[in-house]
Amino acid sequence: MDVHAAHNAVTAAAPAFSSRPEDIAWFILLLPLLAAAGITLIVRRSNFLAATFSIAATVTAFVLSFVLFLMFGVGDAAAVTSPFAWLHAGELAVNLGVTVDKLSTLMLLVVTGVSALVQVYSVGYMHGDRSFPRFFIGLSLFTFSMLGIVLADNFVMMFLFWELVGVSSWLLIGFWYEKESAADAAKKAFLTNRLGDFGFLLGIIIIWAAAGTVNFAELSQKLGAHPDLLGSLASVAGLLVFMGAMGKSAQFPLHVWLPDAMEGPTPVSALIHAATMVAAGVYMLCRVFFLYQVETAWPAALAFFGSISALDIIGGIGAFTALLAALMAIQQNDIKRILAYSTLSQLGYMVMAVGCGGPDAAMYHLTTHAGFKALLFLGAGSVIHACHHEQDIWKMGGLRKLMPKTFLTFALGTAALAGLPPLSGFYSKDAVLLAALDNGHPVLFGLGVLIAAMTTFYMLRLVLVAFLGSGRSEAAGHAHESPGAMTWPLVILAVPSVMLAWVPLGDYLTHHFFTDHGHVHGHGSEVISFGATISAAFGLVNHILFEPFNHAPLPAFLGTGALIIGAWIAVTLYWNAERDPLPKLLGSFARGMRNRFYFDEIYEAIFIPLHDLVARLADWFDRWVVGGLAVRGAHGSTELLGRALRIVQSGNLQTYTFFFVAGVALVVLIALK
Amino acid sequence: MSLTPGLHHFLVVSALLFSLGLLGVLARRNLLVIYMGLELMLNAANLALVAFSRFNANLNGQVMVFFIITVAAAEVAVGLALIVALYRKRQSAHVEDLTSLKL
Repeated sequence: MDVHAAHNAVTAAAPAFSSRPEDIAWFILLLPLLAAAGITLIVRRSNFLAATFSIAATVTAFVLSFVLFLMFGVGDAAAVTSPFAWLHAGELAVNLGVTVDKLSTLMLLVVTGVSALVQVYSVGYMHGDRSFPRFFIGLSLFTFSMLGIVLADNFVMMFLFWELVGVSSWLLIGFWYEKESAADAAKKAFLTNRLGDFGFLLGIIIIWAAAGTVNFAELSQKLGAHPDLLGSLASVAGLLVFMGAMGKSAQFPLHVWLPDAMEGPTPVSALIHAATMVAAGVYMLCRVFFLYQVETAWPAALAFFGSISALDIIGGIGAFTALLAALMAIQQNDIKRILAYSTLSQLGYMVMAVGCGGPDAAMYHLTTHAGFKALLFLGAGSVIHACHHEQDIWKMGGLRKLMPKTFLTFALGTAALAGLPPLSGFYSKDAVLLAALDNGHPVLFGLGVLIAAMTTFYMLRLVLVAFLGSGRSEAAGHAHESPGAMTWPLVILAVPSVMLAWVPLGDYLTHHFFTDHGHVHGHGSEVISFGATISAAFGLVNHILFEPFNHAPLPAFLGTGALIIGAWIAVTLYWNAERDPLPKLLGSFARGMRNRFYFDEIYEAIFIPLHDLVARLADWFDRWVVGGLAVRGAHGSTELLGRALRIVQSGNLQTYTFFFVAGVALVVLIALK
Repeated sequence: MSLTPGLHHFLVVSALLFSLGLLGVLARRNLLVIYMGLELMLNAANLALVAFSRFNANLNGQVMVFFIITVAAAEVAVGLALIVALYRKRQSAHVEDLTSLKL
């Protein structure tokens, strides 16, 4: 698709809209909220109307996002904001406003698009659930919160919606709250996120204290003019803000909530893992990337970090998370958990890209990942639905013939995730690897290639075991294709999984992040000129399909090589395998992988007692100091005083008169003196 | 030496009357007598006002006295009615017996 031509066409026809882009953005933001409110207040009892409300709102939001994208995403239009005062306390002025620029319009498309498909899918998946309308209320609320993060134009507004995402994720993960594990998982997700949010809030406060503003545009401008504005706290502020992303995007060591969040219904997993919650962290890092472009500076207490920048630490954490999660994914047997660890790993990838100074690559991967990961999760949901809620891949098998549509789309999603050219995943993964290589992080680049091989390995393991071979249980033998409401979203999602990278998305994002700073990064313009030397048509094909091989052959060929090696090992080990050969080969290491390297156990051994201790102290303080001294003290002294004063009230009329006269006499005496 | 009483003579009489009335209110137990004490205090005030009026050649004080007499009459009507009602209910007009507001 030639986006520039489309843009020209729209600009010609656009004057009716183009005057108020921010209004469209507000409308997009409020639509899901309206749907949630409408379902809650009006059509709570009707399954059909609840789903209609919710889906209609999200689809409309998607269409409007697309309009906005064509109007403002493609050209060079500056960010449009329309702030109105929301909070004014002392020197702190917080406006509510929306940011409409390349970054947010792209993200709007991702969020509303995936959300709409997930909702359509939910009509099939949640059919017959007794809380069907409640599910759609949750989905709408979640979409609203996420759109708020995307559109926020300042830190405080983003934090508000950040917390709203936390709350709505709690509602959705714990949707089947009668199940104890689901309720626990919801609590775990919420509390782990709160831990990160605490750091995020501290970071916001530091930034506000140093710069006097929480508005992104103003802050970026101020930092551009005075790079030393944040003083010695620059890197600390950056890392604290990153803590927020660490919670939401489940980076080590706050990654533990994400696999447990699989207790929610599968559409929720798809929504959380593909386009909303976990993407929020990476999106936020990209949104505030200017914060990380200032000089590295540590306060005296942290001087030992020396020249290590906040970005280096972020990149390291991202790569470590990616590696750890990929290792864990290799030995999981629950189909959803494999995908959950894969999400973790891919998020690590994105965070690593940000850390390497490539927010464009991170957003690129986020966008393509949203497509194929939503596809994979919905595909997994379709499988689980067909196998009567069996989630163990070793009890499946042979589903290829029974569920052809699901198998085909799932395979496409797998290929995209593994990075098979020319599917979308290949290009975004290549962009990440290139960002690491170009910006001088050879170690992270190497890790990235290794993780790419592992990704291919565990995803092929999943496909080979679950879909090929023969059925290993009765449920798998009697599986049947899911209804249309579930398969159509799969088919639709397969399209961007395959073709998303065929539009110049990478250039688009690079343009957003680096044109303003005069530092044109990576591919883009050179390659277009390369294409122009040959015939235009060939140039386009060349640009789309072979650009990575032409421009930067090392990451492209290594990435493909990793794919081939991973695939080869997976096929050798799992072709027609009846049980997992890895535990025998790797011994206790495999057990470690399967048990998630005992992170939950370690946390339980260290943090739970620590937390209990703090709780006990707080309880003691509350019981004896607050309850005993303050509350009972206040009430005790009041009662004592009351008892003393009661003596005065004798009930004798003449005593009162006497006091009264004495009082008057005293007043007269004082007045006359 | 003139035998015509001056302002201070009136005021002293007024103060004495007021004190007598106050003493009656504070010391006597019978409600009716307390009431009489109250009236005495009111009339002491009236006397002082009339005296001021006379010696300052200003009628304002006298006007005020008329009002006080009127209000006192009304007040006595209400007060006596209350005392009668109270006596019917309690068979007593002594203040020591009226302690039901005490905790």
